[in-house]
Amino acid sequence: MANMSPKKNEMPTQAPDVRNKNFSEVALGYTKEQAMDEATRCLHCPKQPCVSGCPVQVHIPDFIAKVAQGDFEGAYQVIALSSSLPAVCGRVCPQETQCESKCVRGIKTEPVGIGRLERFVADWHNEHATEAPVKPAPNGHKVAVIGSGPAGLTCAGDLAKKGYEVTVFEALHVAGGVLVYGIPEFRLPKAIVQKEIDTLKALGVTVATDMVVGKILSIDELMEEQGFEAVFIGSGAGLPKFMNIPGENLKGVYSANEFLTRINLMKAYKPDSATPIQHGKKVAVVGGGNVAMDAARCAKRLGAEVTIVYRRSLEELPARREEVEHAMEEGIIFKLLNNPVEILGDDDRNVCGMKCIEMELGEPDASGRRRPVEKPGSEFTVDCDCVIMALGTSPNPLIKSTTKGLETQKWGGIVADEDGLTSRKNVYAGGDAVTGAATVIKAMGAGKTAAAAIDKALMGE
Amino acid sequence: MFKIVKKRVLNPTVTQMDISAPLVAKKAEPGQFIILRVDDEGERIPLTIADYDREAGTVSIIFQVVGATTEKLNHLNEGDSLADFVGPLGNATETEGYRKVAVVGGGVGCAIALPVAKKFHECGAEVTSIVGFRNKDLVILEEEFKACSTKFVMMTDDGSYGTKGMVTNALEELIKEGEQFDLVIAIGPLIMMKFVCALTKKYGVKTVVSMNPIMIDGTGMCGGCRLTVGGKVKFACVDGPDFDGHEVDFDEAMARAAMYKPFERHAYEEACNLFAKEVK
Repeated sequence: MANMSPKKNEMPTQAPDVRNKNFSEVALGYTKEQAMDEATRCLHCPKQPCVSGCPVQVHIPDFIAKVAQGDFEGAYQVIALSSSLPAVCGRVCPQETQCESKCVRGIKTEPVGIGRLERFVADWHNEHATEAPVKPAPNGHKVAVIGSGPAGLTCAGDLAKKGYEVTVFEALHVAGGVLVYGIPEFRLPKAIVQKEIDTLKALGVTVATDMVVGKILSIDELMEEQGFEAVFIGSGAGLPKFMNIPGENLKGVYSANEFLTRINLMKAYKPDSATPIQHGKKVAVVGGGNVAMDAARCAKRLGAEVTIVYRRSLEELPARREEVEHAMEEGIIFKLLNNPVEILGDDDRNVCGMKCIEMELGEPDASGRRRPVEKPGSEFTVDCDCVIMALGTSPNPLIKSTTKGLETQKWGGIVADEDGLTSRKNVYAGGDAVTGAATVIKAMGAGKTAAAAIDKALMGE
Repeated sequence: MFKIVKKRVLNPTVTQMDISAPLVAKKAEPGQFIILRVDDEGERIPLTIADYDREAGTVSIIFQVVGATTEKLNHLNEGDSLADFVGPLGNATETEGYRKVAVVGGGVGCAIALPVAKKFHECGAEVTSIVGFRNKDLVILEEEFKACSTKFVMMTDDGSYGTKGMVTNALEELIKEGEQFDLVIAIGPLIMMKFVCALTKKYGVKTVVSMNPIMIDGTGMCGGCRLTVGGKVKFACVDGPDFDGHEVDFDEAMARAAMYKPFERHAYEEACNLFAKEVK
């Protein structure tokens, strides 16, 4: 008989007024007892609806059964069959819209805490496992992966396990992509990402950092001169968007990408970092996605009073509910149904305020969300000395512009079919480079699909 | 790791290094830049490519010691290595199709102006080089410029070498004498480029400038290097670094370049103190 408790075992976390002053991880993870108790809430439905909600189809009930038995390594091995980055997914997947949204327990009460269990299992493995991953026998085929974010790492891992000689090309000086430069330490400790990358290296994957494909090497050169038989493009959606309002180039205005990169990749939050960052006293973050929450919570940790300005209402906030709640608990102010119209500067061109206008919701737009409309004459000024624009990103044109015959959408996304195949033979793509800004797990799903398709294409020849 | 194969002191604060980076050397063109990190704790700084040798597999950088990172870099010697060296980034300078070009370099900017002048020379253009320095002690690359220029003008602020005055004085004089440049390329401090552009706008001479703003990744990802050009936002790393000088908002660029001045000054002093202690 299953444990019929209506609520998930609560996730232990650092207290809000403690954690908003440090960069250590917010959620502390289940204990063994909590994990085993939570695992007994699974009903083991024959149809396994949760699995269909997972972009990489982790065998969820099977791993949960192992957890309930206390066989944590066994549980890890079940997850590892489908996912190459469980410690990452257990932390940053939006389980509430994926696996957990399909959980039968969730119809009447809270669903099983699948994400929390995945995280527990992965952390347990990382702490206790002693056996190094075994490098498979080479199959004699070479594949290049461009970008070491979630799509690229997954594709590389799946191919390496099949014996392919895989090289991952990364533009920055460390591998991990958005997992390293974008998602903050307090949500995803960088040591965890590094551990996953070390595992891939142990499987035989070569990671070549400081390599901007499209500049130092083109895809054609990789295939014609370097002997790569297939290429997977997982270059992400990296170009920050701005609002094109007056004052956006004042000192103290950052794109969320720049602000987060300075903090996460370059460690600018540490007092001895060689990379500077402005420590604003009052920071306004424009936008309502996960990236806006990350930027706001980072600014808070640097000691600022932080306000999120978003043009729709709480209901339409695209960020994960959990992230919004965490941000609110940490003392971040939400100014909803407001939109910036101008950033104000002093004589030295430093930000000294942001002029906003109140909005109200009108008819639904193409996205199905109600369109925000300006309320005439409702302008007011937000007092701030730093503004962070978190308005989304668009794909980087570098690869498109240097790869002949690679078709792209009007907005810049690479055209790829359901297998990830582009308009070029043996060139595949996936993740944000194809879809525009989406989630870590969707990118992983795309990397996985492409790896299977590449294997089929090269082995079929 | 990227090895320093040659180090050459050009003047008391300006150093040239040839870095072993065969893949970068294979693709590098004048006008492009690289991003380097001195060590694993270092910041990423962009430096324009001063020269390259495809056969030897080296890329040359020339830098002035202005802050903590360039101070650290300057303490490295032949045989030492840099942690990171990424490139070639940005677009190459367009050098095809010009007949008569004035290349205007100021200070350490001459290091970047030189490969551009050479390339114009190779492409068959008649090159007039106008270079300016604060004083005689700071002069660099004089012979190299002379070798690729039809006409060469040396200016110093204090008159200790060449002619006393600014590069703009020399350029205006030549234009007034009837020189018909179909392009002016200005590379140097922002304030110099601003005044060159103000001058050439008056005379209606097309002018290209090479911008070197603060940046992190150099691939378009951070947006920190944004400039206003012709009323539109441009990223120096992917849209530049060369832009139509008559369209660039220099006042904004100068303000943005000064964004971290207090931090940089402090970091530089710390670095100098550290090296001073090591010497003791």
